Amino acid sequence: MTDLILAPNLNNTDDFYAALLAAYDGLDEGESHALNARLVLILANHIGDEGVLTQALDAAVMARSSPGQVAK
Amino acid sequence: MVAVRYQTAFRLYPYEKSADQEAAQPVRHPVVIVGGGPVGMAMALDLGKRGIACLVLDDHDGVGMGSRAICFAKRTLEICDRLGCGDPMVDKGVVWNTGRVYRDEREVYSFDLLPEGGHRRPAFINLQQPYFEQFLVAEIRRLQAAGAPIEIRGQNPVTGVRQQADHVVLDVDTPDGPYRVEADYLVACDGANSPIRTMMGLDFEGRVFEDNFLIADIRMMADFPVERRFWFDPPFNRGETALLHKQPDDVWRLDFQLGWNIDRKAELAPERIRDRVSAMIGAGVDFELVWTSIYTFRCCTMETYRHGQVLFAGDSAHQVSPFGARGANGGIQDADNLGWKLAAALNGEAPDALLDSYHTERKQAALENIKNSSRSADFLTPRNPAHALFRDAVLDLVEHFDFARPMVNSGRLSVPCIYDGSPLNGPDALGGGPARSRPGAPCSDAPVRDGFLLDRLTGRFAVLAINAAVPESLSIEGQPLDVIPLSAEDDATGALAHRYLGEAPCAVYLIRPDQHVVGRWPAFDPARIEAAFSQATGKV
Ligand SMILES: Cc1cc2nc3c(=O)[nH]c(=O)nc-3n(C[C@H](O)[C@H](O)[C@H](O)COP(=O)(O)OP(=O)(O)OC[C@H]3O[C@@H](n4cnc5c(N)ncnc54)[C@H](O)[C@@H]3O)c2cc1C
Repeated sequence: MTDLILAPNLNNTDDFYAALLAAYDGLDEGESHALNARLVLILANHIGDEGVLTQALDAAVMARSSPGQVAK
Repeated sequence: MVAVRYQTAFRLYPYEKSADQEAAQPVRHPVVIVGGGPVGMAMALDLGKRGIACLVLDDHDGVGMGSRAICFAKRTLEICDRLGCGDPMVDKGVVWNTGRVYRDEREVYSFDLLPEGGHRRPAFINLQQPYFEQFLVAEIRRLQAAGAPIEIRGQNPVTGVRQQADHVVLDVDTPDGPYRVEADYLVACDGANSPIRTMMGLDFEGRVFEDNFLIADIRMMADFPVERRFWFDPPFNRGETALLHKQPDDVWRLDFQLGWNIDRKAELAPERIRDRVSAMIGAGVDFELVWTSIYTFRCCTMETYRHGQVLFAGDSAHQVSPFGARGANGGIQDADNLGWKLAAALNGEAPDALLDSYHTERKQAALENIKNSSRSADFLTPRNPAHALFRDAVLDLVEHFDFARPMVNSGRLSVPCIYDGSPLNGPDALGGGPARSRPGAPCSDAPVRDGFLLDRLTGRFAVLAINAAVPESLSIEGQPLDVIPLSAEDDATGALAHRYLGEAPCAVYLIRPDQHVVGRWPAFDPARIEAAFSQATGKV
């Protein structure tokens, strides 16, 4: 089974992060949520591998509920 | 007094007084079937064909008005072929291949079902449920005339049930007053609100979906193409979905999602419905309302489908949402699964324990059906804002990118369950054999010379050999089997080889009376076939 990559994997992290923020500039909350959802579906289809996707879902859920990380 | 709960479309079994009503002692029947819906009638037909005497008790005297089920899947038609009534269904039914999905006023994509070739029957047909039931009853009448031991009693509601060690006692009401009958086995096919289940105090659990759907079956002469059309958020039903589907006799099924908080009575007013219909099909189009109703749905199942001498089949055992057409289709497969097992148990050819496998296999199928139909319902009726967000994202994407098409879920094709892990399955000893024909799977059809493979499977156990030597005839424990010796050359299209040989040069299959595979091997070995036969009849 392919493992989900959880070590740094982007060649230019700062460029990607800036592009991500730019895509959301000027969007209200509803539009931002909608963009998130489209992005998730596009990336999921690209990855394709169900095992990797399950690990990604688990990782995302886990990070949200880690002690000390839960937003008030 | 016998209460009338619904109007009948066809009066097929008017009340007649039976000798049982005058008997000093309750008369014992090998099988009593309670409920003459599609599942009860298929059950009676299957048992009657096997020479097992059965009595159907229904509280009405014919087939209910209103179409309910309209999509009957290929597997159902194949079962009806075996039961002898597939032809009139397919002749009457409508076959469609094109589907279109709309959002707002735009068509977002269309698809062609492109059904796999080399099957006698189409992927499915559209046919009003009353016709489907009528064809089953017509075949029962034909068999009865030829001496089959089937009896149908209309206006015979069952009002009480008591289970004894080896039989069941039933209280039955009639226009001439109550009487009692006994049954070695009782098959409860009395629908989603099953009075038998209630009287026995049994559970029925699952999920209610908070939504209402309005069905309007209309007759119109308009020249609409024979397609399935599905709308998300159309101008004529803002924020909801709608469906248009063709049925025989110039009848169309219109289905409008209404949401949860509605005024049911106001929505059912004919004028209100007529306005909705006109907004959908166009103001100038003439039509007539044939049948209207509002339905809500739930996905529920009983914990166990066998309780002693009582077996539950069809909607009484499990209920699904209509999306994906797995209600009647699933119920017919229940009857298909139970018929040969009951016959074998009653004829002393198999232990009573074989009937336990009915629960194991059909519960597995019901859970699969519930899973599929719940997923469709979740897409159409998102349960929370995040679910709605992803549904809308899919619809946004599908207008631009093909990858999102499989994510749009307005009902998946109803396909039969593969009984993986069933205690009746024998060995899978065919190296390179195709996965679709593994033990537990229903046999795929394939062209064979000038006919089709499934027509050769007559309802007994069968040995199918492809490019392998088999004896001309075969019986096990005194029971004759069908022997079907074929060569891959019998099908020039290659479908037979593709579906049954895969990578293997030759194969021998043992097939159950309901056309599910027991086991498969590269060559005929009588000892192995006999062992698998024992396994499949619950003897090991
Ligand atoms: C809107 C809608 C659309 C649907 N579309 C589809 C579809 O396209 N494809 C599909 O496969 N399924 C579809 N279904 C589901 C399908 O209609 C049911 O699954 C099917 O009718 C179940 O058959 P049944 O024989 O188990 O029960 P029923 O059809 O409910 O029959 C039960 C019978 O038992 C009788 N009965 C009840 N109580 C007693 C009693 N005490 N004594 C004697 N008799 C009794 C009743 O009168 C009735 O005749 C749809 C359902 C709905 C509501």
